[in-house]
Amino acid sequence: MTMLDLATVAKVLIAALALPLALAAYRMIKGPGYADRFVALDMLTAVVVSLAALTAVATGRGAFLDIGLGVALINFASTCAFATFLERRRNPQ
Amino acid sequence: MTRVMVGTMLLVLGVVFITLAGLGVARLPDVFQRMHAATKAGGIGTSLLVLGVLVAGDIVQPISGVLTIGFMLLTLSVASQLLARAAYISGAPLQGLDRGDPLAGILGRASEPEDEGADFSSTYEEG
Repeated sequence: MTMLDLATVAKVLIAALALPLALAAYRMIKGPGYADRFVALDMLTAVVVSLAALTAVATGRGAFLDIGLGVALINFASTCAFATFLERRRNPQ
Repeated sequence: MTRVMVGTMLLVLGVVFITLAGLGVARLPDVFQRMHAATKAGGIGTSLLVLGVLVAGDIVQPISGVLTIGFMLLTLSVASQLLARAAYISGAPLQGLDRGDPLAGILGRASEPEDEGADFSSTYEEG
């Protein structure tokens, strides 16, 4: 058995992540409501953080992990803001 | 060698979880079930994958990876709770409930779902 090459494994897994990316994009396009699209955005964020982490392994540059952290931070802020807007829109007090 | 094996197993397990979450997001019938798939399976899958990177990959400064795992585990549940509450109040359709809506009369709820294409300008003006 040959030695397990971690960079190659990471590249294969990046290709495998195209499936959940496509499924989340399908939900983002199909809708049918605002909340569905933001659930799809949550899912896309999870895939993007994973892609960034795998890219850090594939290229050997640890800085890609910082990208994942930044995307996760932005996603939390945007989800909170959107939930506030959607709620306040129905109860205008 | 053992470290690489364990890390690879964590990476593959994370990708499997994320794929299952993607299937759930695409195929489940209403927004709350989709959120359940995306938040739990997606969060666990991403955390496992980043943990696998920290275990196996020779990352010089692993602190941002550790922060990513902690942050995602802490905030995904909070964000999904906020979003589910907003979706319920805005009248997103519910499906697959055997005994009716248990929140009826507790939270105010719009009778018809939010229409797409409505603008948010009135929300901005109310400040």
